[in-house]
Amino acid sequence: MAENYILECKGISKAFGGTQALKDVQLQVRPGEVHALLGENGAGKSTLMKIVIGLYHQDSGSMVFDGKPYQAKGPVDAIKSGISMIHQELNPEPHLTIADSIFLKREDTNGIFLNKRRQNERTQKILDDFGFPYPATTLIRELKLADVQMVEIIRAVSTNAKMIIMDEPTSSLDEQETQHLFRVIRDLKAKGVAIIYISHRMAEIYEICDTVSVFRDGQYIATAPLKEVTNDDLIAMMVGRRVENLFPKVDCPIGDVVFKAEHLTGTGFEDINFEVHAGEILGLSGLVGSGRSETMRAIFGIDSYTSGKMYLNGKEFTRKNASDSIRQGVCMVNEDRKNFGLCLYRSIRENTSLPSLPERQRGLLLNQAREKKEVEEVSNTLLLKAASIEHNAYSLSGGNQQKVVIAKWIMASPKLLIMDEPTRGVDVGAKAEIYTLMCKFAAQGMAIIMVSSELPEVMGMSDRVLVYHEGHISGEFYRKDIVSGEVTQEVILSAAFGVS
Amino acid sequence: MASSPQKLKSYSKEDRIRSLLGQYGIGLVLVIMMIVIAIMEPRFLTLGNIINVATQISINGLLCYGLCLCITTGGIDLTVGAQLALTSCIIGQTMTNMGWPAFMAILAGVGVATLFGFIDGVLIAKFNMFPFVVTLSMQLVIRGLSQVITGGRAVMLTNAWFTGIYSNKLFGIPMPIIIFIVVTIIMYLMLHWTKFGRYIFAVGGNVNAAIASGVSRFWVIVGVYTISGVLAGLASMIYTSKTGSAQSNIGVGYETDAIAAAVLGGTSFAGGIATIPGCVLGIFIIGLIYNGMNMIGVSSYYQSIVKGLIIIGAVMLDMVMNRNKH
Repeated sequence: MAENYILECKGISKAFGGTQALKDVQLQVRPGEVHALLGENGAGKSTLMKIVIGLYHQDSGSMVFDGKPYQAKGPVDAIKSGISMIHQELNPEPHLTIADSIFLKREDTNGIFLNKRRQNERTQKILDDFGFPYPATTLIRELKLADVQMVEIIRAVSTNAKMIIMDEPTSSLDEQETQHLFRVIRDLKAKGVAIIYISHRMAEIYEICDTVSVFRDGQYIATAPLKEVTNDDLIAMMVGRRVENLFPKVDCPIGDVVFKAEHLTGTGFEDINFEVHAGEILGLSGLVGSGRSETMRAIFGIDSYTSGKMYLNGKEFTRKNASDSIRQGVCMVNEDRKNFGLCLYRSIRENTSLPSLPERQRGLLLNQAREKKEVEEVSNTLLLKAASIEHNAYSLSGGNQQKVVIAKWIMASPKLLIMDEPTRGVDVGAKAEIYTLMCKFAAQGMAIIMVSSELPEVMGMSDRVLVYHEGHISGEFYRKDIVSGEVTQEVILSAAFGVS
Repeated sequence: MASSPQKLKSYSKEDRIRSLLGQYGIGLVLVIMMIVIAIMEPRFLTLGNIINVATQISINGLLCYGLCLCITTGGIDLTVGAQLALTSCIIGQTMTNMGWPAFMAILAGVGVATLFGFIDGVLIAKFNMFPFVVTLSMQLVIRGLSQVITGGRAVMLTNAWFTGIYSNKLFGIPMPIIIFIVVTIIMYLMLHWTKFGRYIFAVGGNVNAAIASGVSRFWVIVGVYTISGVLAGLASMIYTSKTGSAQSNIGVGYETDAIAAAVLGGTSFAGGIATIPGCVLGIFIIGLIYNGMNMIGVSSYYQSIVKGLIIIGAVMLDMVMNRNKH
């Protein structure tokens, strides 16, 4: 049966360097349907959408849009063809008026000069049709975030979009605003506009979407009408079965409580309670933005928290800033190596010793001979592959750069080491080495918190797993249950998606 | 893992030569300049002239170190020329018109310059204002203040001890050179052998990583601008002693030569890269451009053009030599 599709992607593949982001992926969207894309972070949803709007070009595969072969050269081209995307992070120019924003890149002109008056009048008519209660001359920066998003949607509709892609549109909306958005989506649907809806919120997907396509590890898994699939089906599709055995987890005796958080609350997380013991690797799972990293940054002192208490070795732990935390033995490997980890144009030696310089003073000056010796020792322990510790961090591969970041915290001899995505952008070999090191540090009595978006990593390396969902801890699982198979990837992912 | 050996291979012989040239290329420029000037004017290489050059460069030298630190943290200090005038006016006013002892007058002058450096630092670090804007404005404030203090008139300085700062010699070496050498050693130790120096590089290299490593951005920034203030004050002391008069219109454009010397010496405007030995070379090159061209009779109009071209050429050389870095 020949179906009538507005968008049909066939056999799309895309690689970035050595990473295959999309492998022979397909997607079929009908006119007038709300089509959900579902998958873990990095499953390939966003990459596929960026190919659709022409931000990336696929290595192979083809697309048909509205019955014609389709290939966008860029977002402007896509808009001309009838596809608009509303991005997760909205970035309209704050100093433009609503009218300017809606007519951006297709301004109403008399030859050279803008016809502001006519443009404003036309915008006002569109806004009135939408029931949007602002004059066309309002500046974007005067609008609430939800209204800015609405302007983006109005712009998409005013370009006669036949399909609108919404990437996490509700992430910054409250309940009422979300409901308003859904009303708009239903109106659009009634007009025959197709919506691709990317979200991690299952309840919303069930509320507003008709069809769902699931992706996993850059592969297309299945498409189904939402009426016919359950939560559990979807979770199972997202997880699949991955056979990976690169986790050299060594169990070591777990000692006293090193760190304890009580009712910790701040931006992006609420009422967080947990403790971590000496020799324990505590895994933090959950989706990006669920509050894991936010909590860790607040503990370490890069961000702040509003209420709650923390204890280190039984004593209350307070810190003014990161320097304070380091002095007390709380260190953090940041998830963003380039921005928060290294000074790329300084030497490995300088990078490694930076947090622990106060301990390397001799009188007023630094004891550079000792510094050199100690950096060399820790580099050898970490199997750092560099010709010399005097080379710039820039000259190293991703895996070795990560080792330098880890080395600098090991030099500071932490009691609690927080590792946010410790193996991001690291090749398989170096990954295994980093895992081995983590076990070694734990065996020395260090308490380790590992934040990770990779489920196999969390399950393979943690003595205990805490799962975050929308700023709360939604599940706690123990290694023995994971090893016995009682706690599966499905169970953890269900907790991450807030499905009980 | 597989990629690591390849990474190491990139440090080939060619790279090593280039890195050596990158490090010492400026020294080469200096040597070539000296040879060319010496061939055209043999008097250039006499001990007398070399001491003369060294004495003259001490003022720009002190300013250059301050600029070097500020630039390395990713900023700039445009106040140094005006600071020169203010310190000079305070010294003149307190010593000649108020009868303070020379030492106290110097302390007051350098102290005020230090205070202004501190204020610059606080405005930049605490309120996140752009260093360019802060120091451009403060420069006007400082220059105006020095005019207010002296009423725009030159104040003569006759104190023999004070004028001796420029003309006296110790073991046959003029005092300005001794001051310059002492400051150079202190700056070298500070930047390359102390925690504070490392923090300067870290803040300039990657401020987020520095903060996440426990470095206080505030104190590093306040520190470098304060040091720049101290050095401008000391430079003013030498300058005022040399001319024997305190004037509010001195030091105009001095920041240009100081920046030029720092940049020639390999200080990167991208931040996080600088060396004191490099700055010394840059300071000498700027000094030689003046002295050498005066000796071979190039008019000051052309000197300015040549200076500009040499700076562009040297920076271009640096970019080519260190292209891996940028």
